[in-house]
Formats: sequence, structure tokens, C-alpha cells
Amino acid sequence: MNALYIVCGLGLTALVAELFNARKILSFLVIIGLAVAIGLTIPELGTSVSYFTNMVVFDNFAMAFSILIMTVTILWFWMAQDYFNQDLAHYTDRASLILFTVAGGILMASFNNMAILFLGIEILSLSLYTLAGSKRDSLASNEAAFKYFLMGSFATGFLLLGIALVYGATASFNVQTIAATVVINSATLPAFFYVGVLLIMVGLAFKISAVPFHFWAPDVYSGSPTSVTAFMSTVVKVAAIAAFVKVFSVCFGHIAPSWSLVLKIIMILTLAVPNLIAAAQDNVKRMLAYSSVGHVGYILLAFLSQPENSASGIFYYLSAYSVASITSFAVLLQVEKLNSGTDIVQFNGLFKRNPLLAVAITVALLSLAGIPPLAGFFGKYMVFIQAIDKGMISLTILAIVTSLMGAYYYFRVIIAMFLQEPAGGAITVSTSQKILIVVLVAGMFALSMVPDYLLELF
Amino acid sequence: MLTTLLIFFPLAAALLIFALRSKQSHALAFGAACIELLISAVVVYQFKTGDAENLRANFQWIERIGLSYYVDIDGISLLLVLLTTVLVPFIILSSFGKSFSKPSTFYGLILVMQMALIGVFVAQDGLLFYLFWEIALIPIYFICLIWGGENRGKITFKFFMYTLAGSLLMLIALIYLYLHTPGVHSFDVEALYAAGQGLSGGEQGFIFWFLFAAFAVKMPVFPFHTWQPDTYTVAPTQGTMLLSGIMLKMGIYGVIRWLVPVVPFGVITWGYTAILISVIGIIYASCIAIVQKDFKRLIAYSSIAHVGLIAAGLFTLTATGIQGAMIQMISHGIVVVGMFFIIDIVFDRTKTTALADLGGIRNVAPKLATVFVITLLGSVALPLTSGFIGEFLLISSIFQYRAWLGALAGLTIILGAVYMLRTFQKSMSGDTNTLTASVTDLTWNEKAVLYPIVVLIILIGIYPAPILSISEPAVAKLLELYSPLTAIR
Repeated sequence: MNALYIVCGLGLTALVAELFNARKILSFLVIIGLAVAIGLTIPELGTSVSYFTNMVVFDNFAMAFSILIMTVTILWFWMAQDYFNQDLAHYTDRASLILFTVAGGILMASFNNMAILFLGIEILSLSLYTLAGSKRDSLASNEAAFKYFLMGSFATGFLLLGIALVYGATASFNVQTIAATVVINSATLPAFFYVGVLLIMVGLAFKISAVPFHFWAPDVYSGSPTSVTAFMSTVVKVAAIAAFVKVFSVCFGHIAPSWSLVLKIIMILTLAVPNLIAAAQDNVKRMLAYSSVGHVGYILLAFLSQPENSASGIFYYLSAYSVASITSFAVLLQVEKLNSGTDIVQFNGLFKRNPLLAVAITVALLSLAGIPPLAGFFGKYMVFIQAIDKGMISLTILAIVTSLMGAYYYFRVIIAMFLQEPAGGAITVSTSQKILIVVLVAGMFALSMVPDYLLELF
Repeated sequence: MLTTLLIFFPLAAALLIFALRSKQSHALAFGAACIELLISAVVVYQFKTGDAENLRANFQWIERIGLSYYVDIDGISLLLVLLTTVLVPFIILSSFGKSFSKPSTFYGLILVMQMALIGVFVAQDGLLFYLFWEIALIPIYFICLIWGGENRGKITFKFFMYTLAGSLLMLIALIYLYLHTPGVHSFDVEALYAAGQGLSGGEQGFIFWFLFAAFAVKMPVFPFHTWQPDTYTVAPTQGTMLLSGIMLKMGIYGVIRWLVPVVPFGVITWGYTAILISVIGIIYASCIAIVQKDFKRLIAYSSIAHVGLIAAGLFTLTATGIQGAMIQMISHGIVVVGMFFIIDIVFDRTKTTALADLGGIRNVAPKLATVFVITLLGSVALPLTSGFIGEFLLISSIFQYRAWLGALAGLTIILGAVYMLRTFQKSMSGDTNTLTASVTDLTWNEKAVLYPIVVLIILIGIYPAPILSISEPAVAKLLELYSPLTAIR
């Protein structure tokens, strides 16, 4: 809970930082603040305390996801220095918007009441709509913001109607009460309750960008400033999936048979479609956007196989995914800065231009492709083991085929970097970014060496 | 402890080489490979003196996902570890005198590869085996991608995708077995054996094919071989040596350790099919080898034929067949490394590997020609060369299994003689031409690689008993499992 206070406090501080001419130390302040918030949360692991008349619960699930969200945010702040420095007039606005997004994300992981879920999603989304359009002079950025806003509010409408219908059937917004009512009255639930469940699923599927509700994602991801894209495809994704898992495992886990077929179709599409399309992309940023949609498919497979017992596997998968994604975006930013483009040809000969960047993004892409011994492999391994345990062999084979497609498009970048002639001179990277990249690569190896610590959180 | 040192010493050396970025990377790598050879000699000593307990290490690594660090060395593992530790110094030595861009990366990757190969051969935990199996793919992929020849991007990528697809199928099979282990789930080799043997016939069949796919791609057995000729041709010579000399043995070893004992009913049911496609592969690859115009491609196809014979012998499930496979793996590893090195030497001097452009090298480089003859005879399995022992055992085991299959498989010797002798004739004998007239004879490092190889080929051919005796108890133990089942077969 302290984490939430600190993040909101930091957000407000950022809003007024301009008044006190504190812009220069803001970034530093934010990183320290988030680190303190993480430090305060870790000792609380193992407890479960509810706040605000049981509207918010900080149990291990909520705290683990909050820690992940904040850790990735720290790494992101470190990575995105250029994004803030580009436009000094909006430095503090951007920082505060990011922090409010994080606050929304934490609420999405810790809600115990549908109203808080809605509130969390809205806090997160509204800040993001603005961030997506933060490159004001770029048409693509404006398009991204507008598209994201239209689609996002549409999805929120679905979600809200769903919550209302579920309220109609269970007379409660409280997660536990809904769950209990579902268990007791499972035979006599009215039809509109199930409609409500499906509408909530649609609403959240928009947020996690599952196919066929993903259409906004590629345009928004590729139109937004690259730093914001990195933020969306890591922090925001983690928060959205946390909310999804919590709603469907806790509230509606008991009636899984009624929605699992729909989710299965969504999952199959989410595995197949984005991976196919990603293979045809010539723009690395867009490729990463589609691949990030594709990864949701594996997470849904894990969730679908064991709705009530998959949180730790999903958490590990997301951790591995987030670190690898941030690494690839960190390298992408460096390449983009120099070449003013993110096409695959800009990566030609990167190994010769800057070996550190090339090796770092190679490790990240191998992790995303699920090649051992990197963290991404263990994430996928846990998905497969859960699915095979429940006899979903044909779906696992599908997941393997899509993993191969994944390897295909990740390797296009790798081949370009190692095989082609350099597309320009050597790239110099600032020391702070160098350190960040080394830390991230070490993180990917560390995650794979000691996954037990993460898996035993809950 | 010793086994752990054996696995991770090359990795430590590789990291050191990466970090130093020295101009002398080749010497450092060679030194590390020699030290590794010494370590493996100590392992042999321990093994022989019965201190086998010291070679085992077993502790839980990641409990939640069932991964243990469990390594051990038995006779089968030991032979392959020795093959690796003996060949890698030669492979590194063979590159002396060549210049590579980024040499520290090149030699570091070779040592990382060695680490993964040894890990594959000693892992006794299914998931650990899988990890090393996959790790082995990464360095060789980059060796081929960065230092390979023309059109390497597409070719090495095909190689990568084939092996990755096979591996992922194997992963499914391993997880399936893991989930059927009795009691607390574990990837322990014995537990996986118990799990596999407890499955129904249909399930064993499905596990058989999933595992076989991974191993067949790696070897490669017809019809999973299409990545191989191109990759061997395009890879830098050291990469080709690693691929053909050691890496393809991963597939054969996989069959011995992780397929045959795991699903006995599956193997008995489908073994015939596997032998059949292997024998088809032998004939097919030999015929294609005969019409090859390129030296390197020819050896690549001959490699498919040899591996087909090994695979066919394995699935006869007899001591003769598996022992034959063991010794033939050693022999093939040595012979093929020598052969690819000779091709590299010829290419180095003449800048061509097209057989039509060669000829008469014998006149200008007699030492090279002599070494080539002996290596060639090892390859066509002339008695008193190492190739003979293995091929004889393998063919006789197939003959016992089905006489007509044995007869067909035996054609490999005749066809092999046809294409190998033709190669010798076209490249070495005849008159010199403008390209070959200036060929110089072997240099010091080439001698240092090829002479020991020639000696080994003859030595093993004359006195194979030590090698056979190392693997014999392990093979007998493996086949014990099948003795109650022979009635069905």
C-alpha cells in the first residue's frame, strides 16, 4: 500500500516540480522514490492486508505484480532519458503521466472491488492516451493517440456494462462476494450474468490486446514515440494481464467451463495471427509490437490450462518478457536515434558498428524466442508443462509452431546485424545507457539461473 | 566435481577469451582445449580405477520446474566426451595460420560449443540434457553465420529452424514423460525411463516419433537431412568439423540414452520403420555422393550415408549394433575431421573445391596425398582401419535383423569405395594443371593435426579393444531392459 502512496506522491510532486525548478533532479527523485517503494513492499510479502473498506487488497499477488511494475518502470526511466530531454517544456508533465499510469497499474493488480478495477484501468488509460500523442508534431503519434483513445473508451464501455450486468446478478462489486455468490448460486445464475462475464472478457481482452481485439495495438505501438511504446508493451501489459488473471481466476474461476471455449478461440487466434503478421514486418518496432501481442497468446495458454493455479507461471513469463523487451527497446532507441528509422535495414551490420548493442539485442531476442538457457525459455517451458499436464497437446503443438515463427522473425534482425554490411559508421552509446544494457543482459541471465525466487512468491 | 570441471572449464576459458580480446586468442583457445584434454584423461583414470562415484554430481537446481543438476559419466558418455576433448584441440589447431575477423569471438564460441557438447554427453537429467542440447545450437549457428561462405544467411537459418523444430518436439515429449514419472515428478533419467516404460503402446509410439524427430534432424537421417549438405558446405571449416565430427553424434547419443531405453515398446514397434528409412538414406546419400562435383558436398553426403548406417545398427537393439555404433561414432568423428581438413587445405592452396578443376596434387604434395589415402581408406572401411570395425559390426547386426536390409546396407561399402576412390583419382592423381601445380605440401600445424589423426585411424583399426571395453558394460546394461521383450520382437 505504501507503494501506491509513494507513486501517487511522486506523480503529484512531478506535476508541481516545475514550480520549484526541480526538473533536473526529478528523474533521480523518481528512480529513488520507486526504489524506496519497492523496498517497502518486499518486507510485506507474505501478508495480506485490505484497505479502504476492503476495496483494495495487498496480498502476494498484488505486491508481486506491483514490484514487477515498479522495477520495470525504474529500468524504463533509466532507458528513456532522451525522451524526457527532447522536450524540456513537457519534462515534468510526461514524468507525472508515467507515474499516474504506474499508480493505475498498481490498482489493477490490487483491486478487490470492480469499481477500483475500473478506476485503475481509467487512470492508466487516460495517462497513456496522452503519452501516445506526446510527439505533437508527428502525424503518426497523433493518429496513435486518437486511435488508442477511441478504441480504449469503446473497450471501457464493454467492461463497464459487463460489470453492471454482473452486479445485477450478484448484487455486489466486491470480488470475494461475487466469487462466493457464483459458487453458491452457480445453477441459478441468470443468462445476463454470463453476458456480463463475456463483456468483461471483451473489455479486458482489448486491454491485453488479444486477437481479435488487438487492432489498435500495432498502429498505436508503432505510431507512439518509441519510449512510450516500450512502456506500453511492458508495464502496461503486465498491469492489464494482472487484472485479467485476477478477474477470471478469482471471480469467475468457478464457472470456467462457460467462458473457456471463448477464451480458447481468443488464445488460438492470439497465438497464430500476430506471429504470422510479425513475420512479414520490415520495421523492427512494428515487428516488436506484433510479437508483444503474440506473447499474450502463450500467457493465455498458461492461464487457460489452469485458471486458478497459473499466476506464478504467468508472473515469471511476464518478468522474463519485460526485461527482454526493455532490452530490445533500449537498443532500438539507440539505433533509431542515429538513423532516424527503425526499419530492419538500419540494423544491418550492427555487430560491427557496436558489438555491445548487437550482442545485447541478440540475447534479448533469443530470450523472447524462448531459446535456452535464457529466461524466456523457462517462461515458455512453464506454459508448456501446464498445458501438457492438462492434456492440451494439440494446443501445445500450435504454440510450438508459433514459437518457430517467432524464431523466424527475431532471427531476421539477428541475421541483419551479423551478416549484412554496416549501414553506417560506429555507434557511440552514453555510459549510462551502456551500464543499463549490461544490467539488463545480466538480468536476463539471472532470471534464468534462479527462477525459484520468483516462482515461490505465490 | 570432476565432471562439473570438465563441463565448465571450456566456458570459463571462453569468457576469458571474450574478455581479453587478445590477438593470441587462437593460442589461448588451443591451450584451454589441451588442458581440457588433460582433465578428460584424469576422468578416464578415475573411471578405470573404479572411482566412478567421484564423477557423479546431483543436486536440485530449480525445484519448481523439476530441474536438477545431475551429471554422471558411464562408458557411453565417456567415449563421446573423449571424442570431444580429443577433436577440439585438433579443430583449433587446424585454424592456425588463418586470419579471422574478431578471432576472440570465433575461438570463444568454439569453446562454448565444447562446453555444451560435453554437457549433452554427461547430463543425466532430462531437462538439463535439453538445455545443453539447445545451447549447443547457438555457438555453431553464429560460427556459421559470421564466418561462413556465400549465401550463409539463408542456409544457416534453415539449419537453425530445422534443429529448433526438432528440439521443440523433443521438449514436448520430455515434458510428457516428466508428468508421468511416478511419485514426485522429476527429470532424473531413471525416473523418465520408468515413466516411459509405464506408458501404453500408443503413447510410446507418439513419444518415439517426437524424440526421434529431434535426433534424426541432428544426425541427420533421411528425410530430415535437407539442411545438412548446404550447411556443411557453407560453414567455415572449423564449423563443419564441429558439426560433422562431434555435433551429429549428439543425435546418435540421444537415441542411445534418451530414446531406446525410454520407450521400449515404441522402439520395437517403430524400429523397423526407422531402420528402413536409415537404409534408404544410406543408398540415397551414397548415390548422390557419386554424382557430386564438389569435394566438400561429396563428403557431406557421404556423412549422411555413414550416419544412416549407424542409426540402422542402433535400432537392431543388439549389443553388436550398439557397440558398432559406438566405435563407428569415434571413427567417423576422427575420419571426417581429417577429411574436411584436407579439403580445407586443398581449397586454401587452389581456391576451389570443384573436383573437375583439381588433379595431380599427388605429384606436388606427396605427404598430403598419403594422408588423404589413409583417411579415405578409413572412410571406406578397409580392414585394419578404424572404419572397418564399426561398419562390420553394424552391417552384421543389420544382417541378423533382416538379411536383405543387411545386404542393402552393405552396399554402402561398395558405393563408398566408388565415390571416394573417384574423388582421389580426380583430385590427387593425373597430371597437374595450372591451379594445382603450385600446391605446397603440408605445413607444421597441418602435420600436427593430420599425422595424429592418421595414427588414430590405423591404431583403432588394429586394436579397438580398449574402446569397445569402455562402453561394453554400459551397453549391456542398456540391453538388459530388452531381454524380457525379445520374445515379442
